[in-house]
Amino acid sequence: MERKIPESAIRDAILKGLKKIAPEATPQDVAPDENLREALDIDSFDFLDFLIGLNEVLGVEIPEADYGKLTTLNSLVSYLSQRVG
Amino acid sequence: MPSLGADMEEGKVIEWTIKPGDHVHRGDIIGCVRTEKADIDIEAWEDAIVDQILAKPGETLPVGAVLAMFRGEGEPASVAALPAGEKKAEAPRAPAPVPPSPPPVPLEGERVHASPLARRIAKELGVDLSRVHGTGPHGAITQEDVEHAAKPPEKLPEKPTQAEPVPERTRTDVQAGMRRAIAAAMARSNREIPHYYLETRINMDRAVRFLESENQKRSVRDRVLIAALLIKAVAKALTEVPELNGYWIDDRLQPKEAIHIGLAVALRQGGLVVPAIHDADAKSLDELMQAMSDLITRARSGHLRGSELTDGTITITNLGDLGVETVYGVIYPPQVALIGFGRIVEAPWAEGGMLGIRPVVTATIAGDHRATDGRRGAQFLTVLNRLLQEPEKL
Repeated sequence: MERKIPESAIRDAILKGLKKIAPEATPQDVAPDENLREALDIDSFDFLDFLIGLNEVLGVEIPEADYGKLTTLNSLVSYLSQRVG
Repeated sequence: MPSLGADMEEGKVIEWTIKPGDHVHRGDIIGCVRTEKADIDIEAWEDAIVDQILAKPGETLPVGAVLAMFRGEGEPASVAALPAGEKKAEAPRAPAPVPPSPPPVPLEGERVHASPLARRIAKELGVDLSRVHGTGPHGAITQEDVEHAAKPPEKLPEKPTQAEPVPERTRTDVQAGMRRAIAAAMARSNREIPHYYLETRINMDRAVRFLESENQKRSVRDRVLIAALLIKAVAKALTEVPELNGYWIDDRLQPKEAIHIGLAVALRQGGLVVPAIHDADAKSLDELMQAMSDLITRARSGHLRGSELTDGTITITNLGDLGVETVYGVIYPPQVALIGFGRIVEAPWAEGGMLGIRPVVTATIAGDHRATDGRRGAQFLTVLNRLLQEPEKL
């Protein structure tokens, strides 16, 4: 039977990934509905790097067309929850 | 002491990885120099034998100071380099090399920013770099940090120590140094270079759709950013308008055949560096993406090579991610042009009598009026526009 990865683990993976690309920042302090790229000053290169990291950890291949759905922590968790496990 | 950019006046020798008698080859890393912006690995410029090392680690010297002497194969060693009793005067050749370090060794798990020297010492001392707090530029781990971490704890303090003030002050110093370096280069540019500015709006519909289509076929790690496409278009446009690719030195334009695109890379804690992608016109989009990724990663972790900071023949600054639509840049001397790109925005676009909405980018050129006139700049932008309408050919 398939085991679903809990949302808390997905959230942790996201925060860890964000910390990797923005080591001087505290991603935990970003409000769940705040725009992550603006709050953490993430450029296109860093964002791609972040998605590569998520792909490695969670095994989710995020199509470029879906980037617009991944603006906040909540939207990321929701998006990934539907695709992992 | 090599000049690792127009903004460098002096540097501190951090380490040598060579000793007298060593054979070095062009491109070999021979040491490390600390500038106001970062620790930079210096490289040998030609094949040679190390004759003498004149600058000791820890010495701060002005640009142009002789750090070491080299001699060719078969040439006799200088007097100073000979063992006692074998003195025979022979002037060694002028310096051959200067510095950068190899690409950072990827560590497992978290990304750790440390100089090559710090990594080596950490290995020797058995220090886990992931547990070391970096006090170097942008939090990079330095030799001192590793040595400090390797020391046994002296005594447990009564209260928790406030370790933050020292690193905090160090970061402030690094930031101040960064601003001073940028200030020097930009003030010189504005003082010496009569800039002219031109801009054009480019319909990016084909380019965006081309990349979307390409990226749909690729896994996330193989995707290409629009920035790579813009770099390629600039590089190819320069092959048609070569007067913008080169330097203004000795009161004349010195066009360069090789097209090394300097990429303005913003550092996360402020400031920027401009490492170059070598021979950008000859690279495929995938190769450009790889080169850009490598450069940005190393720029932000303080592992650039000296040649990467000095070889740029033109600079691109892309502020599209920050939402601005138009960039009026300041030329990085001795270069003679800087190309700016803003954000790609959806905008009304009239074509063939029809009005539609298209993704549009504003491209600008800041040109050195001593080297070229506006006509040449306009030609460049026209070619750039044309190339971006046929992205599959880039």
